[in-house]
Amino acid sequence: MSVDTATVARIAALARIKVTDEEVAAMVPELNGILAWVEQLGEVNVEGIAPMTAVIPNTQRLRADVIGADPLTGGDVRDKVLSNAPAGEHGFFGVPKVIE
Amino acid sequence: MTANELTDLGVAAIRDGVAKGDFTAKEVANAFNTAVAEAQDALNAFITLTPEKALEAAAAVDADRAAGKALGKMAGVPIGMKDLFATTGTKTTAASNILGNFVPPYESTVSQKLWDAGAGMLGKLNLDQFAMGSSNETSAFGNVISPWRREGSTAQMAPGGSSGGSSAAVSARIAPAATGTDTGGSIRQPAAFTGISGIKPTYGRCSRWGIVAFASSLDQAGPMARDVRDCAIMLEAMAGFDPKDSTSLDMPVPEWEANLNADLRGKKVGIPREYRMDGMDADVARVWDEGIAWLKDAGAEIVDINLAHTKYALPAYYIIAPAEASSNLARYDGVRYGLRDLPQGAGLQDMYAATRAAGFGAEVRRRILIGTYVLSAGFYDAYYTQAQKVRTLISRDFLDAFQTVDVILAPTAPTAAFGLGEMVSDPLAMYLNDVFAVPASLAGLPAMSVPAGLDRQGLPLGLQLIGRPFDEQGVLDAGLAIEARAGFTARPAKWW
Repeated sequence: MSVDTATVARIAALARIKVTDEEVAAMVPELNGILAWVEQLGEVNVEGIAPMTAVIPNTQRLRADVIGADPLTGGDVRDKVLSNAPAGEHGFFGVPKVIE
Repeated sequence: MTANELTDLGVAAIRDGVAKGDFTAKEVANAFNTAVAEAQDALNAFITLTPEKALEAAAAVDADRAAGKALGKMAGVPIGMKDLFATTGTKTTAASNILGNFVPPYESTVSQKLWDAGAGMLGKLNLDQFAMGSSNETSAFGNVISPWRREGSTAQMAPGGSSGGSSAAVSARIAPAATGTDTGGSIRQPAAFTGISGIKPTYGRCSRWGIVAFASSLDQAGPMARDVRDCAIMLEAMAGFDPKDSTSLDMPVPEWEANLNADLRGKKVGIPREYRMDGMDADVARVWDEGIAWLKDAGAEIVDINLAHTKYALPAYYIIAPAEASSNLARYDGVRYGLRDLPQGAGLQDMYAATRAAGFGAEVRRRILIGTYVLSAGFYDAYYTQAQKVRTLISRDFLDAFQTVDVILAPTAPTAAFGLGEMVSDPLAMYLNDVFAVPASLAGLPAMSVPAGLDRQGLPLGLQLIGRPFDEQGVLDAGLAIEARAGFTARPAKWW
């Protein structure tokens, strides 16, 4: 499978990355080179093989259902959460207008 | 001791010397702070210098010692922290523009453990942007220059990547040790390029909490230091269960240092046939053969093994890692933290796209696009599911081999270090440098690089040891057996 300029532009839109026409044109051969190379995975017989889901078997844990059980991740840290926001006021993140 | 004598010491020597009172932690911190500052313009190993943090930690250790309190595993050892670990109040950039001014209000679990063990921070080390790269040429803060040079040349060499600041700093003796992270070789390849040791533990040993995510099913933190013992000490301080990381291993941390044993009698070492590739670099092949002889000399039995799916590891990795990266990096939206680029009159979607175009470097954008493509509707099964099935087969190859052997010996990288700029024009050629490192990453296995010799240009070569899940001890022991026989004492001549 290979990509053309329209596909690269569509992927970039899906990935929310602004690209110029020149950048798209430059990326087409780069991505095609990489995609042609990974194509060899198709040679491998994977019949009956399950895709890997956990590299080291582990059990999924649930934390105790307690507010603030971990002081680092437990909440009540609004100002810390907002401290790196590019825009924010009144305790909220600021974004451009989204409703016309 | 003079400052130069102090900066020649590794982790164990500093820890023991501080404990015995041969010198103070403050003297050590001062010596390394000075060495870091002197080298910064030439090597660009650090993104942020924090000499005050190193001194603060040293003062606490000296005070504890004076008060007769027990000292931690890393007491008095100043280290470099890869700038991928969140550090409270100290800029954490992932070598990117998008996090160029990010100051975390929290500390990563691994860095906190190191500070709790008595280590201090010399600064935040440069790296490939978001840990994506093999030469430290994708950093938004400039290339790291390796302290090593080819014999008779002043051309700038790559320190490897992505932990290139870490490898440069440790090999230049401006830090006794540094943290690294390894997603597809990012601890082992830079360690090999610069003649130092580095270990990636079993997936889950070190908490990923607070480490800027690249590919979550592969990312593992580990130590980079001058020798095997120093790696064992530092790994003990870094590892351990963390409920904040859902894939953290709930297992006790072994006493790797106390149990180090280079006597390999009764052990079997596997030599994977598939790693001996056509047209293999002659020096790499020679050092590998020497490694086999050294392990035999240490008492091990050498066994040929098959890892049949080796050639598919790298292409599988370059589907899985970008797929995970494209998901992980979706969080950089210009809203909650990091850079925002809001063109005049732009709406929310335009802001996302402009922010991410301005904030991500070319390699990061490339990998996000590949990841987005392989996960997109209609291609998911052909690429991503197929790659995860191949990953199962690669992991199975290793587990089958470990029915017979205790540890696997292979080269760390297919070549010695290359010059800066020599590989950047061809992303695929750069990716191929990780061919020997990636399989162990895909299988989540502990793997280590130790320095083994020099190539014909006078550049270091590393040997890699890969172990069973949870058997870091077996990897460290075999590494120690090689270290004892390789007699690797070469170091870069100081030109900075």
